[in-house]
Parts: sequence; structure tokens; C-alpha cells
Amino acid sequence: MEKFHKVKSIVTPFDKVNVDTDQIVPKQFLKLIQKTGFGKYLFYNWRFNKNETLNQDFILNDPKYKNSKILVTRDNFGCGSSREHAVWALQDYGFSVIIAPSFADIFYSNCFKNGLLAIILDSETVDRLLQIHKEIEVDLNTQTIKTDTEVISFQIDDYKKHNLLEGLDEIAMTLKYEDKISEYEKKSTLSSLL
Amino acid sequence: MPKTLFEKIWDSHVVAEEKNGPSLLYIDRHLVHEVTSPQAFEGLRLNKRKVRRPDLTIATEDHNVPTSDRSLPIVDQISSIQIKTLEKNCKDFGIQLFGIGSPNQGIVHVIGPQLGITLPGSTIVCGDSHTSTQGAFGALAFGIGTSEVEHVLATQTLWMEKLKPFEIKVEGKRKNPFAVTAKDIILSIIKRIGTAGGTGTVIEYRGQTISDLTVEQRMTVCNMSIEAGARAGLIAPDEKTFDYIRGKKFTPKNFEDLVDDWRENLKTDSNARFDKTFSLDAKEIAPQVSWGTNPAMVSDVTERIPFPEDFAKDDLNQKNAAEKALQYMDLKPGTPITDIYVDRVFIGSCTNARLEDLIESSKVVKGKKVSPKVRAMVVPGSQMVKKQAEEMGIDKIFKDANFEWRESGCSMCLGMNPDILGPGERCASTSNRNFEGRQGVGGRTHLVSPVMAAAAAIKGHFVDVREMDVN
Repeated sequence: MEKFHKVKSIVTPFDKVNVDTDQIVPKQFLKLIQKTGFGKYLFYNWRFNKNETLNQDFILNDPKYKNSKILVTRDNFGCGSSREHAVWALQDYGFSVIIAPSFADIFYSNCFKNGLLAIILDSETVDRLLQIHKEIEVDLNTQTIKTDTEVISFQIDDYKKHNLLEGLDEIAMTLKYEDKISEYEKKSTLSSLL
Repeated sequence: MPKTLFEKIWDSHVVAEEKNGPSLLYIDRHLVHEVTSPQAFEGLRLNKRKVRRPDLTIATEDHNVPTSDRSLPIVDQISSIQIKTLEKNCKDFGIQLFGIGSPNQGIVHVIGPQLGITLPGSTIVCGDSHTSTQGAFGALAFGIGTSEVEHVLATQTLWMEKLKPFEIKVEGKRKNPFAVTAKDIILSIIKRIGTAGGTGTVIEYRGQTISDLTVEQRMTVCNMSIEAGARAGLIAPDEKTFDYIRGKKFTPKNFEDLVDDWRENLKTDSNARFDKTFSLDAKEIAPQVSWGTNPAMVSDVTERIPFPEDFAKDDLNQKNAAEKALQYMDLKPGTPITDIYVDRVFIGSCTNARLEDLIESSKVVKGKKVSPKVRAMVVPGSQMVKKQAEEMGIDKIFKDANFEWRESGCSMCLGMNPDILGPGERCASTSNRNFEGRQGVGGRTHLVSPVMAAAAAIKGHFVDVREMDVN
């Protein structure tokens, strides 16, 4: 996982509630066996018309947001299916920060496993960011978002912050608990399935 | 200190804790399928890691497998690669696989309980959000992403923030338990608490109505916990639970000793504190039909399609969402639900494809014919369900009525195999998600119970199954 520090970019305002992972990556693209290359399938059924031409009315197709790294959206983003392909698609497309008033649990967890920073802000602040149409800067170290008019603080737990800043391999870290895991297994009474 | 059932299971599985951070939780059972695992195994290979406990891991092929003749090769080359990849991964890493052709193959959340893999008081994960289904046995069962699949394969543990216990009480007797099913109970709950009502929580379903449900009906309730935003659903085990698990393929040898312990300990202490509580009276529940594009957009079958402003209760975002949903679904506010005609009927999925679901819906179908304008299919949840149903002659009832009787898998619940809706097609579906395009690009999904789906197949439009003649 790459280390995360600061991101500066124009905000893509994605004004929708309850965006589910079926919309983020439709199921016809879940058959791949690698993690790369999902960006072209992001929001596929919304981004493209039935004849596979670009849907010009869809916000991501506005050239203004072409290089945007920050997506701002509404409540319960990422609900539904646990598919991590949703996170891989958002990242591969170019996003490194998603801001919303709330996220679905599995999606939120998947973001941090891949170094995608999911930030929870109150609805009023999100309303302002949806209207901003300008560059903002997200700094994970100071837990702040700078716009040209304000500095917004955000919360993140120390564990997630540390892992993102250091780009840590979580499995390598867990393997340091080998003694404790083995100790637990010694007293576990559940039977084998073999 | 008094504890909830969730807290008891959680506490007994904590291996380590980070200060002001997550806990390292031991995982007793890991279920794997073809769609969310290839990248996890690849990660293990790249880092030269092994599967720590292949003996606690089981794999099946369910999401993208065709439900047509199993003796034929898979036509979709990409699906076929995914299936072969799982077979190779299981072989290389020593994991037991119930693949296509195995009598134990089926939807992962259907076979777990049928094989006795799902046990009360255990922790169960799978790279699939509907793992919550297995909470019906008093297990802490939840869906995880692919990175977490890799983590569990490598370490048999998972870093988790402690979830919050949420009590949902359903009290009273249903007036017509044949027509007002477990599906109607859970849809009624989601309608009331919303698709994010359970975010950050584990729901424990309690009350007389829940105790009265059979184990398979409880699975339907727990299955859709994720549709209310909860990571898991949970029901305290009782004698019905123990009877269901007794004598299965993987039922532990010391089962009766375990039962004594579970009977004693696996329940919420009186005076235990829940972070949230919600109550529902079973008498208020009617057969449900969804009309929108998320599982909270649901009405009683006797109602009309709501006006977005009435549905949204002053929430502009919800109003916009409801307008968009009605546009996608091609429905007009004020239309009676029973005036909605369907093109397709799907009885299947991890929500509603167990033996009881097929028995109950066959009672509606028996001696009748599917409406000539409707294409209807039954996809049993597993090969075991299919075989049991065939032994009882259930398949014949469906086939005589012109239903297609197919092989087991996830099928049209998510349309990763050839079973999909065409653009604009409308489907009465016993599955769990009515998201845009879920069952096929441009397809329109109405979530209903198996008996309501069967009734719609016969009549060609939604009907109140309470008014149908039932055999």
C-alpha cells in the first residue's frame, strides 16, 4: 500500500444518497481475477449510454473534473455488496479521497485496506463542499481540509491514520501477534472441517 | 456486568486489542467463493504466505455458475476462468472445495448451515455481505472485503472495531403466517428504519414472533440485516436451532456437550444494555412489495405507489432519490401495487431458496399455470435443497405449472451468470436487492416473499396472496 500524505485537487460533487456498490462497479465486471484496471468500469451504467457512448449529463464526464482526486457525496455511500472492486475502481479511476456524511460499514473498511481515505463530515459541511467547484487540500497528518475560505477538521482513528500514513501491510503487522493467536488456538474447542 | 449475546461472542474471540483502536478477532469459520477470493490468493502468493487454517476454511462456487445443465461446459469464458482459478487456489492451498458437480455445492449461506459448518457462538466470515444470514444460528457472521479475505486466510483473524448491539423486537402473532412471512417481517423493518438504520451495529432480533419462526425463516430475517446497514444479524439459539444442526456432515462429535453449553450461555442477559432499540408489532405486518431502487422503498401489497414527497418526509435528498427510483422503475405515484404487471418471476437466492421457501410457494402454484406472459424460474439454493425438493415432488408442481426448475446458485439475484433481466423487464424476485441494474442492465426488480412471487407468476401481476386459493 502506498503512503498517504496530502492530496490537492478540484472536488467532484456527486450529489446522491445511498449510492450502492452495484452502481460503483456493476456485476458484469466482477469476473476479473486481478485488482487492476477497474477504473474503466466505475459507475459504468451511469457513465455510459446504452450504446456505450459517454453520457454527457453524468458529472464525472464533465471535463472540469477529469483530474479530480476527491469525490464528495451524500449519506450511506457504498451500501450493499461487499465487493472491494468498488474501492479498486474508485482508486484506479483516480480518486484518493471520498468525503460523505456517512459510509456503509464494509465499504468504509475496504477503503482503508487499500489506502483510499474515507472522511466523514457533517451534512452541512458536505453541502458546502458540494457547492465549492474549486481545489481543496486534504492533509491526513493534520486531519484538516483547506478550502479558500475555511479550514475543516476531520476525525479518524489513530490505527487507521497510522496505517495510511505509513502504507503498512496489515498482514505483516498481524503476524507479529503469532504467539497470541497460537495461544488462543490452544484453548479453542471448535472442531476442524477436514 | 450483564452482556448482550453479541458482546459474549465478541469477547470470547478477542485475541488482542490495540489501545484506542480495533480488536484482533479470531475467526472460527471462513467460507470462500469464486468472485471475491482470486485477488486474496494472489496476494498470498506474492508474499509467499500460506493459509493458516485450511481446516477451518471451506469453498464453493455459487455466484457466477450457470443454472442450466451441469454436464455442459461453462460458455462464458471469463466466468470459466474465475471458476478454474478457485479450483487451482483450493488445490494449491489445501482447501476443501464443493464445486460444480459436488452434491454439496450451493449458495454459500445455504450450504454452511446445511453442512453443519455454521455453529452457535462461533465467528463466521465470507467475502459476501449476506454472510449475516448465518447469524440466525446465534453465530457472529458477517461479510468482509477481499483484503480481509486475504487477512483471514493468512492469519485466521481480523482487525475489527467493536460494533454496537441493536435490539429489534418483534412481538405478537402474525394473523396469517402463511401469507405474512419472514421476508415481510424484515422488509417491514427496513422500510421503517431505513437502509442505514443499522450502520455500525449488530442487530439482535428478539420477541415472540422471532421465537415462533422456524430456523430457515430466521435465516431470511438475518440475511437482510445488511440491507438495513447492519454488519450482522443475530438470533439467540434454541432447541429448533440445535435440532437443525444435529447430524449434519460437519456437526462436531461433541455436539451434545456443546449444546449444553450453548443452551446455558448463548443468550442476552436480562438487564444487558443495547445501544439502540426498535419494536414492531407483528399484527401490523402485511405482505410487502418493493417499488423503488433500494430495499427501504417498500409498501404493503394493499397500498398504492407513494408520492415522493409523502415518502421523503421533508428530506429533499430522499425525495430526489424516490423520484429517480420511480423514473427508473417506470411507475407512477398513486398506482395500486396490485396493478403492476411482471414479465419475470425469480424464486431463489440466499434470502429465499431453502426447502421451506420452495414448499410454501409450491402450495400457491399447485394445480395452476404461470400466466402466459410471464417467464418464471425456481433456482434452489443448493444441490441438497434441490434433491430434497425433488424427493418430495415439489419440482413436479413447479414444472407442471410451467416454471423452469434449475440447478443451484446465486443466479438472477445478481445476474453474474446467464440468468439476467433484459432492459426494461420487470421481475417479482425473492432476492434481497432491488438496486438499479442488479438483475440485469435496465432490469426492474420488485422484492417479495416466495408465496407473493408465486402468486404474481400465476396472475401475471402482484396480488395479495392472502386472497389466493392455496393448496
